[in-house]
Amino acid sequence: MTTVTAEPPRAATEENPLARLSPEQLDAIGEEFDAIRDRVMADLGERDRRYIESMIAMHRRLAILGRVLLLASRRRSAWVAGTAALSAAKILENMEIGHNVMHGQWDWMNDPRIHSTTWDWDNVSPADAWKHSHNYEHHTFTNVRGKDRDLGYEIMRIDPEQKWHPVYLLQPFYNLLLAAFFEWGVAVHDLNFEAIESGEKSKAKVGEELRAIGAKVKDQALKDYVAWPLLSGLAAAAFEAGLALRETRTGRRRRGGLAGIAGRALRRGLEGSRETAKADATANVIRNAWAYAIIFCGHFPDQTYTFSEKEIEGETRGGWYVRQLLGSANIEGSALFHVASGNLGYQVEHHLFPDMPSSRYAEVAPQVKDVCERYGLPYNAGPFGRQLGMVQRTILRLAFPGGKQRPKPGPYQGGEG
Amino acid sequence: MAETAATPNVPARRQRALQALRSLFTPLLPDDYLELINPLWSSRELRGRIERISPEADGAVSVLIRPGFEWPGHLPGQYLRIGVVVNGVHHWRAYSLTTEPGRADGCIGITPKLVSSGVVSPYLTQRARPGDIVRLGGVEGTFVLPSPPPRRILFISAGSGITPIMSMLRSLERSSEVDDVVHIHSARTAEGVIFGERLREIDSRHEGMRFHLQLTGEQGRLAPADLDRICPDWRERDTFASGPGEMLDDLRAHWQEQGDPERLSIERFQPIVGSEGGATAAGGRVRFLASGIEAECDGDTPILAAGEEAGACLPFGCRMGICHTCVGRLRAGAVRDLRTGEVHETENEMVRTCVNAPEGEVQIEL
Repeated sequence: MTTVTAEPPRAATEENPLARLSPEQLDAIGEEFDAIRDRVMADLGERDRRYIESMIAMHRRLAILGRVLLLASRRRSAWVAGTAALSAAKILENMEIGHNVMHGQWDWMNDPRIHSTTWDWDNVSPADAWKHSHNYEHHTFTNVRGKDRDLGYEIMRIDPEQKWHPVYLLQPFYNLLLAAFFEWGVAVHDLNFEAIESGEKSKAKVGEELRAIGAKVKDQALKDYVAWPLLSGLAAAAFEAGLALRETRTGRRRRGGLAGIAGRALRRGLEGSRETAKADATANVIRNAWAYAIIFCGHFPDQTYTFSEKEIEGETRGGWYVRQLLGSANIEGSALFHVASGNLGYQVEHHLFPDMPSSRYAEVAPQVKDVCERYGLPYNAGPFGRQLGMVQRTILRLAFPGGKQRPKPGPYQGGEG
Repeated sequence: MAETAATPNVPARRQRALQALRSLFTPLLPDDYLELINPLWSSRELRGRIERISPEADGAVSVLIRPGFEWPGHLPGQYLRIGVVVNGVHHWRAYSLTTEPGRADGCIGITPKLVSSGVVSPYLTQRARPGDIVRLGGVEGTFVLPSPPPRRILFISAGSGITPIMSMLRSLERSSEVDDVVHIHSARTAEGVIFGERLREIDSRHEGMRFHLQLTGEQGRLAPADLDRICPDWRERDTFASGPGEMLDDLRAHWQEQGDPERLSIERFQPIVGSEGGATAAGGRVRFLASGIEAECDGDTPILAAGEEAGACLPFGCRMGICHTCVGRLRAGAVRDLRTGEVHETENEMVRTCVNAPEGEVQIEL
C-alpha cells in the first residue's frame, strides 16, 4: 500500500488537469467510463428493485412512526422520538428516494410510480422546476462559472474567480438562513431570476411556476402545520377528557365540574397542537440543514476545480467526464451515512453517472479510482467534518474581497482514501 | 411515464374517505401507506393476486387471478393487458381471458403458453407462484361473442388460438346456450391440445355441440375446402376463428369467395419483432402528436434534432441521454437507441428523443 502524507503539498496554482490531457487520452477516459456505466446498467435487476422498494417502505414506516408518536407530543420523550423519526423519514424521502428517482435512476424499472416523470416529493420545490434546474442545468454545466447556477446558488461567492460585491459581506449570515430553509432556497433558485430579468423567461411561465410553488407550499403547510397538529390536539383533548371523566366516575371529583373538564381538555388540545407543529417545523429544519450540508460538500470543498466557459468549448464526452470528476468531491462515511445522504457522499460517481441507481455507486467507486490513478487524475474525497469545515471557511473568507484558489490534492495516489 | 394499470372500481364511500385523508399524506396518498399492509388495496392501480396456477398441455398454464377490487367485467373473447415484474422490470403483455364473465368467485383467468425466448411467458408458466401480485390493465378487443349469441355458431381455432374461444364456450355453457355449435380445433397431437379434457367434456355434455379435432401431425393442416366435409352448413353459421395468421388469411379468402365475409370474425396475434443491427436505425417519419408536426428523420439523427429541424417545440435537456428531460411517450412504432443499438417498441413507453432514432414510422406524444 502506498503511504500517503497527510496533505501532499501542492502549488496553489496547480494547473487544471483537464488542460494537460490530450484529445486521445480524453477519448480513452470517456470509453472507460462508458464501459463502467454499461456494465452496471446491463446488470440491473431484482436486487436493485428490492433496494429502492425497501427504502420507500422504510420511509413510509418511519413517517407513520413519527406521526403516531407525535400524537402524544405533549410528552417530552414522545416529542423527541417522534421528531427524530419524522426527520429521518423526511431525509430519506428527500435524498435517497426523491432526488434519485427524479434523476431517472429507477426509470429502467418501467414502474409507473417510481419514475422520474411521475414522482413528486415532500418539498416546497415543484418536481418539474427542480428537474430542469438540477438535472439539466447543474448536471450538464457542472462547475462552469456563469453557466452552473448551483455554483454558490447565485447568492454566494464560493470561488475566488467570482467578482466580489459588498452584498457578499452578508453571506456568512444568509448562509445560516439557507441551511435552515434550504428547500425554500432551492424553490426560489429554480425560478431563475436572471432569466426573468433578461426576459428569457416569460411572465406567463413565471406565473405558472409561482403557482406550482404555491401549491407545494400549501400542501406542506396544510399537512405539517394544520392537519397533523389538529389530530394531535384532538388526541390530547380526548385523552384529558377521558381521564377526567373516569376520575369523576370513580368519585374523585375534580374542581369545576364538566365545564372545568372541557376547559382543561381544550388547553391540553391546544398544547398538543402547538407541540406537534413545533416538532414538524423542527423536522423540516433538520432535513433542510442536512440536505444543505451534504449538497454544499458536493462541489464547494477546496479540492474541486471550476471552469470558464472557454474551457468547455467543443467539449467531448471524455472531457465532460473529466470535468465532472474534477468538479465534485466525495464524503467518506459508513453505509448508514451514505443511505442518509442519498449516496451523495459518492458525489463523484453521481456526477459521472447521474442516472445510475445510487445503490451502485459504492460498487463502481474502486473502478473510478483506478481510472484516476492510471491517468494521474485527482479523486476528491474527505471525511464529512473536514469537507464541511472547508466549505464554511471558504464562505467566510470569500465574503471579503480577494482570496485565492486553495491548494489541490493532485493525482490520486491509491490507498484507502 | 411508464405504462399504467387500470383504475380500480373503488366504492364511493371508501373513495371519499381516502380523499378526506389526503392532506395528511401529500404528496403521497393514503393508498401508499395502506398498500404496506395489503398491496391489493391500492386504489391508484388495479392489481390482482394469483390464486391458482394449473398446468395445461403444450407448455401452457392457466393462471387464476383475484382482482383487488370488483372486476369491471369483460366480454367473452376479449383480452387483458397484464403487468408483471420480471427481474425488477415491469413488463406488459396482452392475453385472452379464458374465463367467462361473471364467475361467482370474482376471479379471472388467462392461459399463457411458454415462448422460451420471451420474458413474460417464462415467468408466468415457470416462476410465478400463488400469492404473487400482478397489475391488471384495460380489457380490450373486438373479437367478442355477441349478446345474445348467434343461433348457429362455428368456432375454428388452432394451437393456443383456443384461448378466446374457451371464454366464449364457457360463457355459452354458463347461460345454457350451447344449442347449435360446431368447434373445429387444430393441434399437432392429441396430447398437445390445450384444454383438451375440458373441450371433450363440453362436447359430451351438450346435444347441440359437435367438436372436431384436426390432428395436423397425422391429418395435415385444415384446408378451407375441408369445411364442406366437416361442417357442410358453414355458410349459414356465424364463425369465430382464432389462430396463426396464415390460417386466418386462408379462411378470410375462402369466406370472400364462397361465403359471407360479414359472418366471419377473426382474432390475430401478430408478434412484431425488431430487427438486429448496429447503432444506426432504419429512419422514418416521426409524428409529434401534441403539435401535429411531422418530420422525416434519417437513421442516425435523433428524433429530437429532426423534430426541432421541422419546427416542433420539444422539451430538451442535456442531449446526451442523461437528464431525461426530453422523454416522450411512444404511441406507435419503434425507435432505436443510437448509443446501444437497443430497440424500444413498447406502446406507451417513455423514450428519450435525444438519443433515439425511428425504426420506420413513429408517433410520439410530445
